[in-house]
Amino acid sequence: MPGTPIRRGDVAKFAIGAAIIAAATGAFAYTAGWLSPGRLTPTRLVAALAPPGGPALGHRRNHAKGICFTGVFESNGKGAELSRAGILAAGTYPALGRFNLGTADPNAPDATVRVRGMGLQLTASDGTLWRAAMIDPPFFPVSTPQAFYDLLTASHSKDPGAMKGFIAANPEFGTFAGWAKGAPWTASYAEDAFNSLNAFIFIDAAGARHAVRWSFVPQAPVTPITDAELTALGPDHLEQEIAQRVAAGPQRWNLVITIADAGDPTNDPSKVWPADRRTIDAGTLVVQKIEEERDGPCRDINFDPTILPDGIAVSDDPFPAARSAAYARSFNLRTSEVKDYPYNATATTGATP
Amino acid sequence: MTASAMTRNTVTGRSTSATPRFSALQRLLHWLMAVCILAMLFIGVGMNSTVTPKYLPLVETHKTLGFVILLLALIRLAVRLVVGTPPLPADLPPLIKLGAHLSHYGLYALMIGMPLLGWGMLSAGGYPVVLLGHIQLPAILAPSDALHTVLWNAHFYLAFAFFGLIALHVGAALFHGFIRRDGVLESMASVSAPREATRPRK
Repeated sequence: MPGTPIRRGDVAKFAIGAAIIAAATGAFAYTAGWLSPGRLTPTRLVAALAPPGGPALGHRRNHAKGICFTGVFESNGKGAELSRAGILAAGTYPALGRFNLGTADPNAPDATVRVRGMGLQLTASDGTLWRAAMIDPPFFPVSTPQAFYDLLTASHSKDPGAMKGFIAANPEFGTFAGWAKGAPWTASYAEDAFNSLNAFIFIDAAGARHAVRWSFVPQAPVTPITDAELTALGPDHLEQEIAQRVAAGPQRWNLVITIADAGDPTNDPSKVWPADRRTIDAGTLVVQKIEEERDGPCRDINFDPTILPDGIAVSDDPFPAARSAAYARSFNLRTSEVKDYPYNATATTGATP
Repeated sequence: MTASAMTRNTVTGRSTSATPRFSALQRLLHWLMAVCILAMLFIGVGMNSTVTPKYLPLVETHKTLGFVILLLALIRLAVRLVVGTPPLPADLPPLIKLGAHLSHYGLYALMIGMPLLGWGMLSAGGYPVVLLGHIQLPAILAPSDALHTVLWNAHFYLAFAFFGLIALHVGAALFHGFIRRDGVLESMASVSAPREATRPRK
């Protein structure tokens, strides 16, 4: 009690307690990454996406140019063999999504962007969501999130040897570069296939787990064109074309689920599975309406590919987690920059220089 | 709980009194929540600084544990309102007493407010709030970019304030226990003695 002389042993205990507080504070700082400037954090990964002139404020930090769609997913029930997710039970469910170009520049001319994407949200009868973000290459450029970061860093580097060094360290990128150079282009989002690339686990009603990848394969006939022909169609042809095409009639994609054999790599989206793997056509995505992004329902959706219903789970593929972390960072940034987003732009999206 | 523990400010002089303690339920809730909240703070800063696969289980645990903490905090507040707290030592200087009261208001506000901010921020961001992978909570706010930004920032910065307040709280407890030796630390820390056996202090 006060008045009693302070005992030496108690002072020591107090000092030990204070040291524990200091140590816990240090551990907290370490956990937060403040003591590890080399750690690949969502902040660094997203910052690396920015072009040399800085990011386009108010926009997604990647796949910044895009247009919204709404429609339905007509599930034929065949996917229920692989997953108990409600969305794969036979029925018709609301769909909401976004066609986009894999660029940090919302005004990039269409023919300057090799990778196209589709963000998608399907809502099951019980309200559970399945979100996905897919792209049109048949495989991913790199094997790991760190390699993706290294790719971004090298491609923005002023060092002329940076890309060479990157390719030497990540030989799988050569396969992607070959695709980017040689694969035909299309003049319509409606003619593109959009692939999960990442492997996921479908869990069936009995609890059995199936490693899968999936693709939305267009029903529209594909007319291959060159990038020069796409350039000639104008910088914003894809958005104008899809709006006109859907206005004339709904566009459809089949959800094709590919089932891995034992031993197929699930942890590396740069590696394709053999072409003879069993597939299931689980239903049809019907795109019924196109809306400008700035007024559309997709603008404020984070198409985080780890927002999955019961019955679908991530696999040992390291990308979905990294993408989830980075997408959240991008979402936080752009939603805090609403004042910079061109809500009141008079020109069509991307048409301003 | 003891009669002395149930009434506030009835002990006017420390020299004659025993050391009143928090009820066993309150001590249990305190230490359970201490573990949960510390884990929560570390998980929070850890998940925001990684892109590795552990990001996903960390986020899922963060949401689930956050909801558990909200429930525990509400129970704890209700218990506190019914049972009360042991009085602070009568000879505690008024400024320190004020600090003790304010810091406890702050701790309760954060224990209840942080989970609500997190829940609200996810709702405003249009995210589903799913616990343990399949328990879906309703959205408590409509999607809004502006609200999402305000709530996210509040959740983020208040987490560091929470950590600081806990450090202060532990420091104060040590000060009471080892420097002032006034029974305040024992009122929450002691687990050994049965509830009626409050120890007289010399």
